[in-house]
Amino acid sequence: MNLESMYQEIILDHYKNPHGRGLREPYDAESFQVNPTCGDEVTLRVAVTGSNGEAKVTDVSYEGQGCSISQASTSVLTDLVTGRTVDEAMTTMDAFVEMVQSRGKIEPDEDVLEDGVAFAGVAKYPARVKCALLGWMAFKDAVARANGGTA
Amino acid sequence: MTTTAASLDVETIRKDFPILSRLVHGDKPLVYLDNAATSQKPRQVLDAIVDYYEKHNANVHRGIHTLAEEATALYEGARDKVAEFIGAPSRDEVIFTKNSSEAMNLIARVLGEAGPGYRIGPGDEIVITEMEHHSNIVPWHMLAERTGATVKWFQITDDGRLDLSTLDSVITERTKIVSMVHVSNLLGTINPVEKVVKRAREVGALVLVDASQSAPHMPLDVAALGADFVAFTGHKMLGPTGIGVLWGRLPLLQELPPFLGGGEMIEVVTMERSTFAQPPHKFEAGTPPIAEAVGLGAAVDYLTAVGMDRIAAHEHELTTYVLDALSAVDGVRIIGPATAEDRVAEVSFTYAGIHPHDVGQVLDEQGIAVRVGHHCARPAVVRYGIPATTRASFYLYNTTAEADALVKGLAQVKKVFG
Repeated sequence: MNLESMYQEIILDHYKNPHGRGLREPYDAESFQVNPTCGDEVTLRVAVTGSNGEAKVTDVSYEGQGCSISQASTSVLTDLVTGRTVDEAMTTMDAFVEMVQSRGKIEPDEDVLEDGVAFAGVAKYPARVKCALLGWMAFKDAVARANGGTA
Repeated sequence: MTTTAASLDVETIRKDFPILSRLVHGDKPLVYLDNAATSQKPRQVLDAIVDYYEKHNANVHRGIHTLAEEATALYEGARDKVAEFIGAPSRDEVIFTKNSSEAMNLIARVLGEAGPGYRIGPGDEIVITEMEHHSNIVPWHMLAERTGATVKWFQITDDGRLDLSTLDSVITERTKIVSMVHVSNLLGTINPVEKVVKRAREVGALVLVDASQSAPHMPLDVAALGADFVAFTGHKMLGPTGIGVLWGRLPLLQELPPFLGGGEMIEVVTMERSTFAQPPHKFEAGTPPIAEAVGLGAAVDYLTAVGMDRIAAHEHELTTYVLDALSAVDGVRIIGPATAEDRVAEVSFTYAGIHPHDVGQVLDEQGIAVRVGHHCARPAVVRYGIPATTRASFYLYNTTAEADALVKGLAQVKKVFG
């Protein structure tokens, strides 16, 4: 197992030049997630329009501190879900989660995960899986809050 | 390494530790710099544990057969060794626990249930410090929650020392216990426990010292330290996991109520009530970690044979070397005292804005094991305005060459993330 397979160029690019970073208005719900073992934090906001099957993610903005994996993963997330319907976003999230939890056994679908496929290598480092999922957990939580109208 | 009459023969010591010769990630020699998390174990300790199971295994303090007597002698012999190692006035003051956390939880628990005089209740104050490990914060939060007491703390200075300028206002007549770390696991600071003990005595407060990071690295004399309770753990001092020590003054241990109830800790049990054994057994309910105690006894023998003063001197040299080496690296900010004075060879640092997780991962790829994160001392990490640190912690078997490997490893980190 070579470290380069985890720290792919794509991950380092997103880490150094994150997409969509910074907290923005308006938003419907916000979620704060922390990885208690390492102190990584992310605050993530979602703006959702429409409802039920029509609900669409119109914006994802975030602020956080953490390692390259957690920050790059959140940056990729914004690319993958912004402008999609909530249902599509959830399908993408499930594919991402499945990939990084697969211990390297799942060959990711680039059509679904785009830059997210770069995180396939993370699956082989169990200690880092939580890093890769931090932003996604915040997204899942924020969408649930937006749906519940608790924002 | 320069060799003087008093200095350690590190190469010979390293041969006692089988794990130090393994390779990681293919062909990289292991550079183990995570000793503040746990130490490696010498062959002598491993052999003592195997020998116990192969030849003497039985339950202790019950049964009159040969093995039971041998096991009891070994278990109690370990208590004697530990008592001598820490200068305990009486062997009955040495209680075996699961680890330091359990030892400190034990005190926090029984103080909430003690009789008048020691009981902590509403309006009472508990004093800790900002540089505590969570194991010396959370039990006091829990006690305060249960009893209505208040937790206060000493702050820390920019250079990683305890700020004792508030000594008289933090420790007051309302203070019932002061619980403080001897050596910080995050900063490496050696704290002036005696100053705090002196003030605590003036107001009649008890003092508990968390010696988890000092017992492995320097001579520890509990009588000289002057505290009422001292906690430490076996696995950080060459012993196995699952065994810790609580030392306490005998009159206090006699007066305080028991912690867990069960076998071993009783005097007489009827269906209506129980009476309790004398310390230390009063605080050791159930079958104890026998093999682990035997292993800790062997660890204490090993450390004593090498000499705690010589270990401390070797590590002091390492501290100076590591601080100098890391300070010279562009982008390194050391979190904790900048000089080796009253400091151990545990060095926390941040590096060029690169997250410690990433630093640790690239170092690991080169065979270098460090710890990254908040080191279970989140308040102290937050105090320095950072989310986490990388920590390199050294022990008797570490060398200056390994410090050099760390510095070289950091250059590789910068290559990946710079």
